[in-house]
Amino acid sequence: MSKHHYDHIRGNDKFHELVAQKSKLSWSLIALMMLVYYSFILVIAFFPEWLGTPLSSNSTLTWGMPVGIGIILFTFIITGIYVHRANNLYDMLMQKVIDASHEHVNDMQSDKKESSS
Amino acid sequence: MNGSVNITAITMFFVFVAATLGITYWAAKRTKTAKDYYSAGGGITGFQNGLAIAGDYMSAASFLGISALVFTSGYDGLIYSIGFLVGWPVILFLLAERLRNLGKYTFSDVASYRLQQRPIRLMAACGSLAVVLLYLIAQMVGAGKLIQLLFGLPYEYAVVMVGVLMVIYVSAGGMLATTWVQIIKAFLLLSGATFLAFLVLYHQNFSISALFAQAVDVHDQGIAIMGPGTLVSDPVSAISLGLALMFGTAGLPHILMRFFTVPDAKQARRSVFYATGFIGYFYILTFIIGFGAIVFVSTNPEFMDTAGALIGGNNMAAIHLSKAMGGDLFLGFISAVAFATILAVVSGLTLAGATAVSNDLYAHCIKKGTASEKNEIIVSRLATVGLGIAAIALGILFEKQNIAFMVGLAFAIAASANFPILFFSMFWKSLTTRGALAGGWVGLISAVTLVILGPIIWVDVLGNAEAIFPYKYPALFSMTAGIICLIVVSLLDKSKSANEERDAFSDQFVRSMTGIGAEKSSEY
Repeated sequence: MSKHHYDHIRGNDKFHELVAQKSKLSWSLIALMMLVYYSFILVIAFFPEWLGTPLSSNSTLTWGMPVGIGIILFTFIITGIYVHRANNLYDMLMQKVIDASHEHVNDMQSDKKESSS
Repeated sequence: MNGSVNITAITMFFVFVAATLGITYWAAKRTKTAKDYYSAGGGITGFQNGLAIAGDYMSAASFLGISALVFTSGYDGLIYSIGFLVGWPVILFLLAERLRNLGKYTFSDVASYRLQQRPIRLMAACGSLAVVLLYLIAQMVGAGKLIQLLFGLPYEYAVVMVGVLMVIYVSAGGMLATTWVQIIKAFLLLSGATFLAFLVLYHQNFSISALFAQAVDVHDQGIAIMGPGTLVSDPVSAISLGLALMFGTAGLPHILMRFFTVPDAKQARRSVFYATGFIGYFYILTFIIGFGAIVFVSTNPEFMDTAGALIGGNNMAAIHLSKAMGGDLFLGFISAVAFATILAVVSGLTLAGATAVSNDLYAHCIKKGTASEKNEIIVSRLATVGLGIAAIALGILFEKQNIAFMVGLAFAIAASANFPILFFSMFWKSLTTRGALAGGWVGLISAVTLVILGPIIWVDVLGNAEAIFPYKYPALFSMTAGIICLIVVSLLDKSKSANEERDAFSDQFVRSMTGIGAEKSSEY
């Protein structure tokens, strides 16, 4: 059943191309997230004063505030970017790969029927 | 307050309980198969699931605890909540769609997909139950204390009431009831917190800088609350805590289970997007609420005891603020919401624990896949009752204990045992059963051991002078130890079954990417 689909898809260059593209996107976004978060953690560990510095001399707002809120927004935005690309572009391209495998499996089955009849 | 009875709170609480019991009745009638019971038939939409996931994650502990942390040390509260948020993109990019395409009811389905079912499921069930029980005890103790304060009810009664209600929701209504209880609660919590933050800003003429300026004026630590304080002291602890939060989230069984309630990978992705949005928004609200409490609660003698401390402890900051901002009516609403939050979170946990018992241990380990669906659901219901009794007993037993370590340990176990086997089973062809077992058990045992030998239990709970393991958070070490074992043992595994397991990776990979052969939702 699915086995024939898997075999066909494994042999489809478009599938490997798409998977490579997709994993490039997700790993770059993960790297970006880790970079942002662990830089934040290291700043807290080594230069905590910086985050407590006021934005301007007459302000109580410190650099920590836009940085902290910014990380929350950043987290939300990168999930948005990924979901948008995956749900629109990648799923559409993947559907083509899947349809091709259905066609292939259907052909195989009708061939079988013909040869047996 | 002061143990006096708030009529609004009790009325709203009864309305919530009546409504959720109504939903449970409706859900019970629609829950027939194991698939309905464990995964709500796979018919929940991405948006609904996003709310439900957010509901699972926004516990009373995080609402009251994070606003309390902001109340006492300002900016540290934001640092802490950011840690809880950054795990979500990791779940999205690495797990969500693969999980949906490969699994049926739990993450053990995925971890054991091409490996030996029984030993892997046994280990995954132990990891799940450990996380669920630790989390559950923390919630029960918090619930008992909160209800005692808010409703003037004795601690034991409160714990028993929470236990009984959660057993009813879960055993009668399964995942469908649990999901809707979670959605309603998430909606109530988000609206309540939004309104509370709105009132704080309203009293400051919507000027954030005025709010911060006043808070700095009245807080003991002054301007220090606007930057990092003492939460993170040394780099090793900071990174270790960061790892536990980032990867622990991706190993929480009750969260991972939610990805099987949606129809396909598209909706699974969408649910993480919505969940991240709701959770991030919620953390921004708790930050404003914490600062609001500094300005409006710490300056009001009505909320202070004779020693100058907050009545009921710092965890009551948000609750007191609701009274300061909106009087008894709003206090009643927020109290009822806090209670609803506890009920919903313990229900989600209990369902995940019961599923580990009935699906992994009973159906796969004991019956080797020959159990009938009917019997499996009966076992799940019995397990729910068993977990309910255990939660009540442990809740009462731990009333006066220091339980601050429990959620941290739950995250450490999730990050060191559950996440690595799940991740490597999907991403690394060479993983074998032996490697997964070695890595999973080493991760689990080392996380537990290092917490026991660390400052939180060895010194604070057991009263020894100095900790054997110097760091509070073990994840950096336990996760590394688990992953190294997992890799080394897999590479050394030359058994015949190991080669078959490696060969099975390719089919698994194609399925995880395309969804061909994946579980369909009941509507199809």
